[in-house]
Amino acid sequence: MSTVTDTKRKAPAGERVADWADGRLGIYGLAKANMRKIFPDHWSFMLGEICLYSFIIIILTGVYLTLFFDPSMSEVVYHGSYEPMQGIQMSAAYASTLDISFDIRGGLLVRQIHHWAAVIFLAGMFVHMFRVFFTGAYRKPREINWLFGFLLFVLGMFTGFTGYSLPDDLLSGTGVRFTQGAILSMPIVGTYISMFMFGGEFPGTDIIPRFYSVHILLLPGIMLGLVVAHLILVFFHKHTQFAGPGKTNKNVVGMPLLPVYMAKAGGFFFLVFGFIAAIAAIATINPIWGIGPYRPDQVSTGAQPDWYMGFAEGFVRVMPGWEINLWGHTLVLGVLIPLVLFGVVLGALALYPFIESWITGDKREHHILDKPRNAPTRTALGVAWVTIYFVMLIGGGNDIWATHFHLSLNAISWFVRIAFFAGPVLAFIVTRRICLGLQRRDKEKVLHGRESGTIKRLPHGEFVEIHEPLGPEARYALTAHEQYEPLEVGPTVDENGVERKPSALQKLRARLSRSYYGEGNQIPKPTAEEYKEITSGHGHH
Amino acid sequence: MKKLSARRRHPLAAVVVLLLALAATGGLYAAFAPAGKAQADDTAQSLAIDEGKKLYSVGCASCHGTGGQGTTDGPSLVGVGSAAVDFQVGTGRMPAQQPGAQVPKKPVIYDQAQIDQLAAYVASLGAGPITPTESQVDPSGADVAKGGELFRTNCAQCHNFTGKGGALTDGKYAPNLEGVSPKHIYEAMQTGPQAMPSFPDSTMPEQEKKDIIAYIKTVNGDETASPGGLSLGGLGPVSEGLFGWIFGLGGLIAIAVWVAAHTAKAKKS
Repeated sequence: MSTVTDTKRKAPAGERVADWADGRLGIYGLAKANMRKIFPDHWSFMLGEICLYSFIIIILTGVYLTLFFDPSMSEVVYHGSYEPMQGIQMSAAYASTLDISFDIRGGLLVRQIHHWAAVIFLAGMFVHMFRVFFTGAYRKPREINWLFGFLLFVLGMFTGFTGYSLPDDLLSGTGVRFTQGAILSMPIVGTYISMFMFGGEFPGTDIIPRFYSVHILLLPGIMLGLVVAHLILVFFHKHTQFAGPGKTNKNVVGMPLLPVYMAKAGGFFFLVFGFIAAIAAIATINPIWGIGPYRPDQVSTGAQPDWYMGFAEGFVRVMPGWEINLWGHTLVLGVLIPLVLFGVVLGALALYPFIESWITGDKREHHILDKPRNAPTRTALGVAWVTIYFVMLIGGGNDIWATHFHLSLNAISWFVRIAFFAGPVLAFIVTRRICLGLQRRDKEKVLHGRESGTIKRLPHGEFVEIHEPLGPEARYALTAHEQYEPLEVGPTVDENGVERKPSALQKLRARLSRSYYGEGNQIPKPTAEEYKEITSGHGHH
Repeated sequence: MKKLSARRRHPLAAVVVLLLALAATGGLYAAFAPAGKAQADDTAQSLAIDEGKKLYSVGCASCHGTGGQGTTDGPSLVGVGSAAVDFQVGTGRMPAQQPGAQVPKKPVIYDQAQIDQLAAYVASLGAGPITPTESQVDPSGADVAKGGELFRTNCAQCHNFTGKGGALTDGKYAPNLEGVSPKHIYEAMQTGPQAMPSFPDSTMPEQEKKDIIAYIKTVNGDETASPGGLSLGGLGPVSEGLFGWIFGLGGLIAIAVWVAAHTAKAKKS
């Protein structure tokens, strides 16, 4: 008898599927906890999304490419459809990349999407990282996530490098040779690492298959794990927000994940995918068919790595070719120093949050972002770092700048050498002054209002510009930031009158702290009393 | 026969025989040698040299010396050959505008007839590479793939993979080979202008030069296909990186700003 079940209301199909899944996965609990998760709205918070989506695009297109790519260095003679390579001896890896480009449906487009997405992924991570840096979003509790992000950037560089090397073309082969040179410059272990990596002398027949495993499995696997951990931490810490009325260190003001951000993020994914696909359809990237197969006896001018390795290239290009010969061993400083600087420059970025919190002694949680101008020393340090980075990118492309701006290659190298030392100092000073100037302007705006552009002539002949007072919301946003006191070494005599000698480290820390928050290094923000005094008095000032 | 025999000891007999012999050789030469043409060529050649010398005195002598012997401002032209003149003047490099790291390509000042006259004069100063004929530089039927291999081995380290050019030391450079005529490419290889090494036929036979010309024409000519879209100058990762940053990431940030500006609000303010 089926009457019992018939009389019972039958739930809609969707609900039944959801019930089924909840019984096994507990999705209702997850949804309840996360569906109303709030995200604040600002375009710069979407930079990370650009990275995430381009990473997904890279994985999707990469899977397609693995179906046709042959990671082998066995020698073949080309008989495909690209005329200028007919009958040329090359590795199977290079030949299969030519096949992907010319003989496999959609192969060239997918290759170009893959490569453009990688270029954009790294550029996106760079910009995202500096958004986080300049707004102080890496402060407690997000230091670990800063490190995860940093690792993603560095691993992205190496994943990109191994991928760029896979086609075994003349350009990437030169890059692999460059890397081998850098490895060889390491004292004592260099030769062993090189022999281990290449399975013997350069180039051997092992490096492409090895890079293949690293490029499609090892590094992307680690990166995927880090991406997930990065996102879990973003969820766990909740998103930071800019100061504004109603926004505190204890809340997040914005829109819920469902439906608003699901729709926006989902839509944005397709926008990113579509845009990168359009770029890939418009512009060539890495035209390996014109570059030729790798042969150790050939080389071309204009041999650069992709942009994210360009600063390492710059260090090597502008470094004088110093070397020390002792007891039959050569220490190639001309390559070793660049290799060390490569690590130091990146390492400084990774460690900065910890250095800053040590200097300032600030161990509190921060969920409200700083405006870059309100942290002049940090902002100036960041700009100094970026200056070094971009100066070295100029060094890495010195030959291209030379031919296209009709300059001497040597002059550019000298410019880069000098700018490596002078550039960051200059950038630091200029940036700090700009920040302090902007702080003064903020103060001016709060106290006297916005310059309206209307000029009024007073009865006695004086001209004044009318200032429009800011609304309370704008005034709040301009004065919400905290201003810190520099750390002091403390009294040199303790409460019992015993002389206390501060350690050198303590003194250094106090000095550095003064350089962050000391007099002249931040403009005291207007107080409520100042504001009242001005507004209660006469009309203008 | 008696008369002839009787006068064979005549004092003028030797003179007569000499005259006859001269007349015979002259007559035979006139009959068999392409006399008219040879004579005309001869005069044309000497005429060209004369005309070339005049042009040389006006346009070149101030740097290269009145007899092509060279000065502190310009090298000796003895033995550079007509191919060098045809290249240097034919691409507008000579006469040079000003001293500098390298003499650049300019609009050509002389017409081809004048260039040939200059070349004839300079060639008359001493033997050197000769201007190639049309068939010598014709790349049709040459092996493009072989040319590519030769190009990557011998040329790419200065001229880039596909001949887009590259930088050398102290403001010198290897120029872009796009649009350079096969004859001038051939002459450049033959004579090695400015910073370029020369590749005479003894190290690079004529056929290999043709292969290289064919390769350049295929990968860096007017009809070069760019299957991947815009070539971005064919300069490699520097221009790709700039394009990726400015148009790739720049475009995506513009989209992000647009998306963020269209947020879900109960009321649009």
